[in-house]
Formats: sequence, structure tokens, C-alpha cells
Amino acid sequence: MRRYLVPVLATFIGAAGSYAFAAGTHTVVQSEKKFSEAELTIAKGDTLVFKNEDPFTHNVYSQSPGIAFELKVQKPGESSDIKFDREGSGEIRCAIHPQMKMKLTVK
Amino acid sequence: MQKNSGTLTGRFAAISAVALALVAAIAAPASAQNLPLQKPWKTIAEYKKDYVRPTKVPYLAENPYTPEKERLGQMLFFDPRLSGSNAVACANCHLPGMAWTDGVAKSVGEKGAIHVRNAPTLFNLAWTEQTAWDGRTEYLEGHVKGPIGNPRVMGQPADQLIAELGAIGGYRDAFKAAFPKDGITMDNVMRAIAVFERGLVSGEAPFDHWIKGNEKAISESAKRGFMLFNTKADCAACHSGWSFTDQSFYDIGLSDADEGRIKIIKLASMNHAFKTPTLREIGRTAPYMHDGSIANLTKVVEHYNRGGDVKRESVSEHVRPLNLTKAEIGDIVDFLLSLDAPDKPYPVPSLPMVDHKAP
Ligand code: HEC
Ligand code: HEC
Ligand SMILES: [Cu+2]
Repeated sequence: MRRYLVPVLATFIGAAGSYAFAAGTHTVVQSEKKFSEAELTIAKGDTLVFKNEDPFTHNVYSQSPGIAFELKVQKPGESSDIKFDREGSGEIRCAIHPQMKMKLTVK
Repeated sequence: MQKNSGTLTGRFAAISAVALALVAAIAAPASAQNLPLQKPWKTIAEYKKDYVRPTKVPYLAENPYTPEKERLGQMLFFDPRLSGSNAVACANCHLPGMAWTDGVAKSVGEKGAIHVRNAPTLFNLAWTEQTAWDGRTEYLEGHVKGPIGNPRVMGQPADQLIAELGAIGGYRDAFKAAFPKDGITMDNVMRAIAVFERGLVSGEAPFDHWIKGNEKAISESAKRGFMLFNTKADCAACHSGWSFTDQSFYDIGLSDADEGRIKIIKLASMNHAFKTPTLREIGRTAPYMHDGSIANLTKVVEHYNRGGDVKRESVSEHVRPLNLTKAEIGDIVDFLLSLDAPDKPYPVPSLPMVDHKAP
């Protein structure tokens, strides 16, 4: 069943410029105090991986209802992931660098 | 592109042989020396490209620039009648002669109340989204009504202010010119003051002339300081870009009790975190930090050199012992002072007075 989802997901997310290596995993890179994606749409149950490629620490979170979450502080080189089990949409930010913002929709 | 040999090409080729030798001496080899949290060091010519001044001031689409708003905003900013006691103007704590600060650790407001924090400069805030040390307000527009209404700052209720301004013919005219539709309102007070503040851009400093190519504009010590600022001292991890701020929030290990941004965003990394301030006109905004606890620039650099005063989880990893020598600290201070533009007298506006023929 899941296998059928892969190509569907890949085309769907392709527009947002993201990579779907496996069903339901998407990577967002943090580099130069920016997120690699400005907007991303994922499916319920998908996982987002935040990968810190900066020489700076980041602290990713969202206060938007539905997708609210907090990651622990990410030192340079560290990755953190978070699974979205509910539908919703909102803004993801970095607490340290407020200019780092991206929109997320979980469908 | 310049590598690390000290040879220059392109637009830097015109620089004299003497300058060339100096650049080679100042430029750090990109190899071993970079710290764990740094990208490989670049050359001085490459770092210089990160500090070019912008050519346009940004205004909000909802509050575009007009000369009428700017003129009115300047009058309101300098007018003590904006306060409950009619004694405290915005300019009491943001003085043009002190780069829009007030020279004391904690500002004095309405009826002598001592503010909890140090008054920051108002230069270059047109580029800032989060205003105040803890970023609790949005844009300059969001930081006007707060100080006016705050009983410890200016203590003036909105309805009283509108009535007072409405009684002054000069203000009635100035508001009508700036806001033909609705005239004197609290939102228009906010809009006019914010447009005025957006125009407060730090002047061209010797540093800018150097960036543009005049090798004689700053001292050799300041040039060494610039290189240290970007490499060994790691200041540019946070004080980046032409205005020397990444507009972000960090705990730099100061020892006062103020918890800063964690009151706004409840994440552990925001404990004792404050906004990276601009370093433009920095020689003229002492004393330093959100609590005004550091008296001069040498002491600021010494604070960073010893890795801050407090060890706690939230302190940024970029704040750690730097092993700067006394001479290197002096070089960084010389560089910081090259960010001060030459003093220019600031013309204070003439304010409208009572209607002499009012019944
Ligand atoms: C009693 C002294 C005082 C008065 C009067 C005062 N301020 Fe301030 N101002 C401060 C202090 C102290 C801060 C820092 C407050 C904080 O960050 O919590 C500040 C912060 C600011 C900031 C944020 C700067 C930044 O770097 O983000 C702006 C903008 C500002 N003031 C504008 C004004 C305006 C406009 C007025 C008049 C309506 C005014 N101030 C009146 C003391 C004063
Ligand atoms: C981790 C980020 C970071 C690094 C690295 C850093 N700063 Fe700062 N700087 C800040 C923050 C944040 C403040 C305000 C702190 C406060 O008041 O709590 C500040 C304040 C200052 C001030 C006082 C400004 C004012 O208006 O009061 C000066 C001067 C300064 N830094 C210079 C430097 C120099 C020089 C270096 C390198 C030796 C450096 N900074 C390294 C983030 C940083
Ligand atoms: Cu960040």
C-alpha cells in the first residue's frame, strides 16, 4: 500500500523543491542562517528532518496551532527529526535567528 | 577570485604595492587556524565584500514614506508634551548628540522612574523586524505606543495625548498635511514617528571609505582589528553585514538577573538572550549592553576575550575564551572606532506652540 504513495508524494512535493528519499521523509537544510525551503507541503504521518549545515547553533520551533513543536538546540552538524501526525499548517521558525522562517502544511 | 597568497586581482588590482604587502600580512591563511565553530577563514578583500552599505531605506507598505510624515514624526519625537508630565520627550533618552542614546546605564523616565534597561541607539532600525532588546515589538511601528503609555517611560494615556495635540494649531495643520483622511489619531502618531525613525541611518564612516577603496581612510591597526573581528575573535558570527547585526538573539554571558527573550519565547536557548545590536556609531553609545554594565569598548572586548562572566546552558558557543593579546584587543577597538561617522550638528525641529488667539 505504502509503495503507491511514493511517486504520488514525490510529484506532490517536487514543486516545493524537496527530496522524498523514502515515503514520508523530507529534509530541510539550515545553511547561512536560512532554511532551504520557504514552503513545504507534506502528508499526515510524514517526518521532517532538520539538518544543520551552519557553523551556528539553531533552535527550530513552531507556535502555530496544529503543527506546534519544539526541537532541542541543534549544534553545528546535528540533525533532528519530527513526525507530524495531525493535519494543520503554520510557520516554522528558529528562535535564535527570527529571520529563518518557513511555511508548512500537513495534509 | 583571490586565494590566500596575498595576490590581488580584479578591482583590487589598483591598490598600491605598499597596501598589497600589508594586505598579505593581515590576511589570514585559510588553513588550520579557524575555530571549531567557524568556516575556513577568508582573505581581507573577501571579508570587505560583506560590509557594503545599502542604497535604499526600507519602509513598510502599510506606512510608506512621505516628507510630511517625516517632518511631523520628528516634531513629535522631540516634543516633551507627548508625556503625562509634559517633561519627557522620546529625545530625553534618545539624544541625537549621543547617537540616539542617553549616556547612562539605565534611562530616567517619567517622574524620575529608572528604566529597567539601557536605551539603545535608533540608528539603522529600518532594517529590523524585532524591536527592543528582547524583540517583543514588531518593527519601529510597533515600538511607539508602548513608551508613550508606559507610566515609567512617558506615562501619557492616548485620549489625553490626542486632546493635547488637538489644542495646538500647528499640530492640527501638520497632521492634516501628513494624514488628510483622519488627522490626529494615535495610529497616526505611531506612523509619523516610525517614518521619522526609519530615516535615522548612520552616516558614512571612515570604515565605509575604506570599504570603497581608500586605503588611507582607516589605520593599519583598525585593518588588523577588522580581520580579527572576522576571524580569531569571531565577532562576525553575530555582528554581521553592513550594520554589524544579524538581528538575532543570544546570551553572551552577562551576569545580571534580566532573563531577556525567554519571557517572549519560552525556549531554553532564549534564556538571558538579547538582540545583537548594531555596532555603527558604537564609539558614541556608551555605556554598553542591555543593562549598561560595561563602561567602554576595551572592557567589552575583554568581556568576550574571557568568554563572558557567567557559565550557563544558554550562553552561545561563540562566546568562549579567545586568547586575544592586549595588542589585538587594541586593534579591535580601533576598528570599532572606525565605524563612527564624523560628528555633524543635528538641527532640532522648532515645535508648534499654543494658539495665542484661542478663546
Ligand atoms: C525613559 C527613557 C526613554 C524614553 C522617554 C523613550 N525611550 Fe525608547 N527606549 C528606552 C529604553 C531603555 C529602551 C530599551 C527597552 C527594551 O529593550 O526593553 C528603548 C528602546 C527603544 C526602541 C527599540 C530599539 C531597538 O534596538 O530595537 C525604539 C525604537 C525606541 N525606544 C523608540 C522610542 C520612541 C519613539 C520614544 C518616544 C515615543 C521613546 N523610545 C521614548 C528608553 C526610552
Ligand atoms: C554570540 C553572538 C555574539 C558574538 C560572537 C559577539 N557579540 Fe557582541 N553582542 C551580541 C549581543 C546579543 C549583544 C547584546 C547583549 C546584551 O546586552 O545582553 C552584543 C553587544 C555588543 C556590544 C555592545 C553594543 C551596545 O550597543 O551596547 C559591543 C560593542 C559588541 N557586542 C562587540 C562585539 C565584539 C567586538 C565581538 C567580538 C569580540 C562580539 N561583540 C561578539 C552578540 C554577539
Ligand atoms: Cu537559527
